[in-house]
Amino acid sequence: MKHLRLGAPQVVWIGLVLAGLVVAFSVLAPRTFPTSFNLLNLVSDAAILLLLATGMTYVIITAGIDLSVGGVLVFSAVSAAKVMEATGSLALGALAALVAGLAWGVLNGVLIAMGRIPALIVTLGTLGMSLGAALLLTGGVDLRAPTELNLGLGLARWLGVPVIVWICAAITAALALMLARTRFGRHTYAIGSNAEASRRGGVAVRAHLVKVYGLAGLLAGLAGCLSLAKYGITGVSAHSTDNLQAIAAVVIGGTSLFGGVGTVAGTVIGVFIPVVLQNGFQILGVRPFWQQVVVGAVLVAAVYVDQWRRRARDH
Amino acid sequence: MTPLLEVRGIDKSFGPVKVLHKVEFTAYAGEVTALVGDNGAGKSTLVKCVGGIYPIDDGEIHFDGRPVQVHSPRDAGELGIEIVYQDLALCDNLDIVQNMFLGRERRRGPLLDEDSMEELAERTLSSLSVRTVKSIRQQVSSLSGGQRQTVAIAKAVLWNSKVVILDEPTAALGVAQTAQVLELVRRLADTGLAVVLISHNMNDVFAVSDRIAALYLGRMAAQVKTADVTHAQVVELITSGRSGDLGLKNGVTP
Repeated sequence: MKHLRLGAPQVVWIGLVLAGLVVAFSVLAPRTFPTSFNLLNLVSDAAILLLLATGMTYVIITAGIDLSVGGVLVFSAVSAAKVMEATGSLALGALAALVAGLAWGVLNGVLIAMGRIPALIVTLGTLGMSLGAALLLTGGVDLRAPTELNLGLGLARWLGVPVIVWICAAITAALALMLARTRFGRHTYAIGSNAEASRRGGVAVRAHLVKVYGLAGLLAGLAGCLSLAKYGITGVSAHSTDNLQAIAAVVIGGTSLFGGVGTVAGTVIGVFIPVVLQNGFQILGVRPFWQQVVVGAVLVAAVYVDQWRRRARDH
Repeated sequence: MTPLLEVRGIDKSFGPVKVLHKVEFTAYAGEVTALVGDNGAGKSTLVKCVGGIYPIDDGEIHFDGRPVQVHSPRDAGELGIEIVYQDLALCDNLDIVQNMFLGRERRRGPLLDEDSMEELAERTLSSLSVRTVKSIRQQVSSLSGGQRQTVAIAKAVLWNSKVVILDEPTAALGVAQTAQVLELVRRLADTGLAVVLISHNMNDVFAVSDRIAALYLGRMAAQVKTADVTHAQVVELITSGRSGDLGLKNGVTP
């Protein structure tokens, strides 16, 4: 029971679905799907979304939601590109992206925890504000990343795996550990489970919420910087559904929208299911639009299972 | 004998409504003090003032003979005052150990020290002779009402607390579970804690308490030894604020 958080039943169940998909595609397309080239493509596609989804996992476990991640990502990417252009320093640009992300996240947290405005409304507002601000800064035209960034960090590999993937994997692993085994993580669960009980127990609930939304913003900022490096452009119009993709991944991974339940491990699987489907369908020549249909169905099924388990528990 | 907890002349208003009028209240170590009163008499408000949830308008709180300031639940906790609320305030999605240590988790380096927390939780539960839970790693959502109450009480005594205040601990329980919880309440006092039991149930009050304090419309009608009064007298104190020589002298009207 001690490692409950690492091995909750839904994680196992959804992990089997992912394994089943990988096996099925490997059998159907043995020459193209299970190749190291293709699998690297897979993790590469998933890496940046993984950062957003990990931050979203923390937020949703507190029974909150963050719709602003896509806008914050774009704003951070634009900030980074602008600063890199102005100063010529990649490090300062990266720093600008992190600071911008953190600032939007803290703003979300302060409005939600101190201003007592529902998270859905606050983050819908900051989604519009951050995306709008990014468009104002760029005039609606994508900025290019400095070539050194794109060719350096963007395409660099270590042990054959893109550096960006290593970065995202390391951060995700650290945050998984933090959620499962530290006081910060424990308080995240407690707040989502019963905020009033946490407050009476001495947990600084509001400050904790600001930190959680700040973390989600910081990760979106980092994602903006890495996305700029990977694709070479700020992608001002490419991230309008990032928030929904991240939420879908988190929920598919067994995190409850009611708060108090969830794991980063589940989220990792939840990120990979849509990516594997997309990739597999492309290889098999199935029209890629089917991916959206299937992911939608998986999402609904995951929430249904969560509800069903809650009902079973309550009786 | 100096009381462990002494409340002197507390006033508390919510806007224009005065809820507590110069309330005096004492609780002694090793005793169960029952706090009784009708709905709206101010029992919960008094407790929340002592627990640091509500700031008091006037009056003093003395702890172990010294005047103290209680501005937050944390202040109360540091003094050794723990309150078990009626709604219990447990996190359903966390297990028993996690709930008992909520907000005061032990750490080894940056990570949680699960082993030592588990051990201490186990020890606390067995010192209270609680043997009704299967595993202390069970989620709280899977426990019965009496078990949840037990966990909430065990959580309160885990912290070397000196005063434990229980708000209607048996209100939602069946007969057998009520008996178990009352037994636990008595054991707490026998280990030297000052226990304050808020209750509506006269049977419970007479079964476990050493003293009874009766609130009437925000005033302390009387604080007496349980052995010195009858059932009927206490009911009178609750309903009219006076009973013979006991209680408020001047007629009090709402």
